[in-house]
Amino acid sequence: MRGVSKRFGATRALHRVNLQVRPGEVLALVGENGAGKSTLMKVLSGAHAPDEGEMWLDGRPYSPRSPLDARRHGIAMIYQELSLAPHLSVMENILLGIEPTIGPLIQWSEMRRRAAAALEEVGVRNVRPETPVHRLSIAQQQMVEIARSVALESRVLVLDEPTSSLTRHDIERLFALIRSLRARGISIIYISHFLEEVQQISDRFAVLRDGESVGEGVTAATPLHNIIAMMVGREVNELYPRSQRCDDGEVVLELAQLRGIEKPVSASLQLRRGRVLGIAGLMGAGRTELMRAIFGLERVASGEIRVGTFSGRSTPQRRWAQGVGMVSEDRKQEGLALGLSVADNMTMSRLGGLGPWRFVLPSRQRAAALPWIRRIPIKCASPAQTVSALSGGNQQKVALARLLHADVDILLLDEPTRGIDVASKSEIYRLIDELAAGDEATGRAPKAVLIVSSYLPELLGVCDEVAVMTRGRLGPTRPVAQWNEHQLMLAATGKEEAASI
Amino acid sequence: MTHDSTASSESIRPSLGSSELVNMLGRFVAIMAVYSFFAIMVEDGKFYSPRVLESILRQSAVYATAGLGMTLIIIAGGIDLSTGSILALTVVVVAFVLNLPVPNAAEDASVEARYLTYQWPVLLPLLAVAAGVLAATLAGAVNGLLIVGLRLVPFIVTLGALLIWRAVAKGISQEKAIYPQEDTWVSDIMQPTFVPFLNWMRGVDSARRPEGMGWFVLPLGIWILIFAAIAAALLLRYTRFGRHLFAVGSNESTARLCGVPVERTKVAAYMLGGFFAGLAGLMQFSFEGGNGYPTTAAGYELHIIAAVVLGGGSLLGGEGSVLGTVIGALMITILRMGGEQMDWPKWVQEAVIGGIIIAAATLDRVRHRGTQ
Repeated sequence: MRGVSKRFGATRALHRVNLQVRPGEVLALVGENGAGKSTLMKVLSGAHAPDEGEMWLDGRPYSPRSPLDARRHGIAMIYQELSLAPHLSVMENILLGIEPTIGPLIQWSEMRRRAAAALEEVGVRNVRPETPVHRLSIAQQQMVEIARSVALESRVLVLDEPTSSLTRHDIERLFALIRSLRARGISIIYISHFLEEVQQISDRFAVLRDGESVGEGVTAATPLHNIIAMMVGREVNELYPRSQRCDDGEVVLELAQLRGIEKPVSASLQLRRGRVLGIAGLMGAGRTELMRAIFGLERVASGEIRVGTFSGRSTPQRRWAQGVGMVSEDRKQEGLALGLSVADNMTMSRLGGLGPWRFVLPSRQRAAALPWIRRIPIKCASPAQTVSALSGGNQQKVALARLLHADVDILLLDEPTRGIDVASKSEIYRLIDELAAGDEATGRAPKAVLIVSSYLPELLGVCDEVAVMTRGRLGPTRPVAQWNEHQLMLAATGKEEAASI
Repeated sequence: MTHDSTASSESIRPSLGSSELVNMLGRFVAIMAVYSFFAIMVEDGKFYSPRVLESILRQSAVYATAGLGMTLIIIAGGIDLSTGSILALTVVVVAFVLNLPVPNAAEDASVEARYLTYQWPVLLPLLAVAAGVLAATLAGAVNGLLIVGLRLVPFIVTLGALLIWRAVAKGISQEKAIYPQEDTWVSDIMQPTFVPFLNWMRGVDSARRPEGMGWFVLPLGIWILIFAAIAAALLLRYTRFGRHLFAVGSNESTARLCGVPVERTKVAAYMLGGFFAGLAGLMQFSFEGGNGYPTTAAGYELHIIAAVVLGGGSLLGGEGSVLGTVIGALMITILRMGGEQMDWPKWVQEAVIGGIIIAAATLDRVRHRGTQ
């Protein structure tokens, strides 16, 4: 791939990216969340067309029109979320779209034979071709996907975070399989956050940052911290205002050995009024589950959550009443009701006081929304405008304004700036700073903010304290001055010991 | 565009409000166009007589009243396929109570001594109405509790309920029609009153002085519909529960995140759906001449859902309006009555109504694409 660029509206996702994979080689593609790895792979697999640049496959120009077309050219993608049809059998999945037929009839015996051969090739012996896929473990399903790419005679195999939900043992088996595929001349692009895995399995690596190629090299010849330096090499700029914040506020939120159903495994922290506490970590580390458990959206297996004087089980409804509000990481699916108006979305968490008794007057809803629209500010035609008509940044500000309308003391913000433009980001950072600082003149008490973010400069810029979550475990909280991106990344990838060197 | 100019309250034009207004105007225009079409095509101007106008109102009342409840349910992202059966349940319960025998009456006593309706001529009809509406409300509540409690898709639960409530109606009536001993005012709530009243006002010689419910100008059932519609509209627009219905239907996860009691809201929606179906059941009882037929109103749920959809309700939830549903019910009735007056064969009438429903839904979709 040479000079590939891709823009989404005003966002530059990829800028003149170059990438080369040789036959029989494992190339690790690394970079922070949002660096453009997934977009690049979507261009490669035909899901997105590049705005500029060219791709070559086996010395011939290659421009896939669709994912199907890419598959025909021998490029197979295996995503984090597996793309198997759960109700169909293993063999039907392996040969989906290329079923052997006689006329209109499926040739079941041939199907079974070819599926079994493909399974054999990827070294899976304990799965029968007739088994429905939903009966298999995640690891087995992944093997079936790889068997599918083998049956398709793919030459390039892209694995996107393949180990994030595998056990240690399954990872070893996967690596063995990758090595055997490599030996057969198949090129493998391996995307992972776990740098120790990258070191273990890849021959070469390429680093993306902010949609640009920033480096590549031979894995064995490059020390780990050099790779990390390439990934994060960025400067904190003027985006993050920091007012005087008090550091002796009372503890408003305390977690003690919190354990969820699956994640978090163990989390303890103390959040004080007037402080901004950040939680760093990789995707899938359990940070979102932690937030949801605090907010009563997910069940707690053991441990304790104390909000002010309250403890014990809770529901979102009670949390709002206790002065806790949450912004969801998934704006479209959970954060907002896109079909409803700005005013409806903003006031949904607190409809009381907008009319006599249990009445809600639409005019009062709009009047309640207006001050926030002006203050944040949110660009919209009116409080009655449908949220879906707003830009992503303004939508996110609406979700945040809901917490302000409810006048909560504790703000739980899960990836509050994901996928939004820089201008909106800076407005949100300024708002968080104002909230945490409080305002003595108007008597607004300082608030407590808990932020989950995958964007390290943001955490370092906004927070007073940061803790890192690794595979479900929340590490110790340290003042932000004791962290840098390098150390956060090391801690997040499970190499915290190295950070002290 | 700076935020100063966009956020000053004076300059704000509520875009959603105005587009809602446009949509509603569009529906008015459509219904007037369809009505005018039949008014012109049907010979001798029969289609714009007061009698036909009243008839259109009367005929659409059952769909519209039950449609109010369906509107709430559909806004909350649900569906109720059992409405027709709940109507029948109401009809049968009303007839059953009106036909209650006096307990322990002697075998050979006179008819007057054997039936409660003669003993309590005022109380019994009121009891019957209360029992009918209560039964329907309970049926709705059970639907809601099953959907929430079993975490099943509303389509499946109410499909089962469609059979169950019909079965209960048949069980109560022992699979026969119930013919109450005596007609009461409940049988007359849909009797035409407008034309006799008009004639009397004009001083037509043959016109008699209205008596009883004749003084209401319009049938009592129409007044029930009008008051119920106003109540439902206010509920939707001006109460916390109403806003919660929209929130749940528009995005259930968001509603939960915002602390909306999602489960309680859903159960209440189905319960109110049953309540309005109960009111509609009273009207259906009158249309059935005051008799309890357990097989009445079969398949009505489809017309009722169609009325909601014609009125702008979205089966994906989060959208719908009371006024729209009433207009939708009128539309279906006008099409049916117009078709009859034009002597179209039954199959043509049905095909036309079916086509209009699909066309309206398509139009809605196109319009949505325009705004988003």
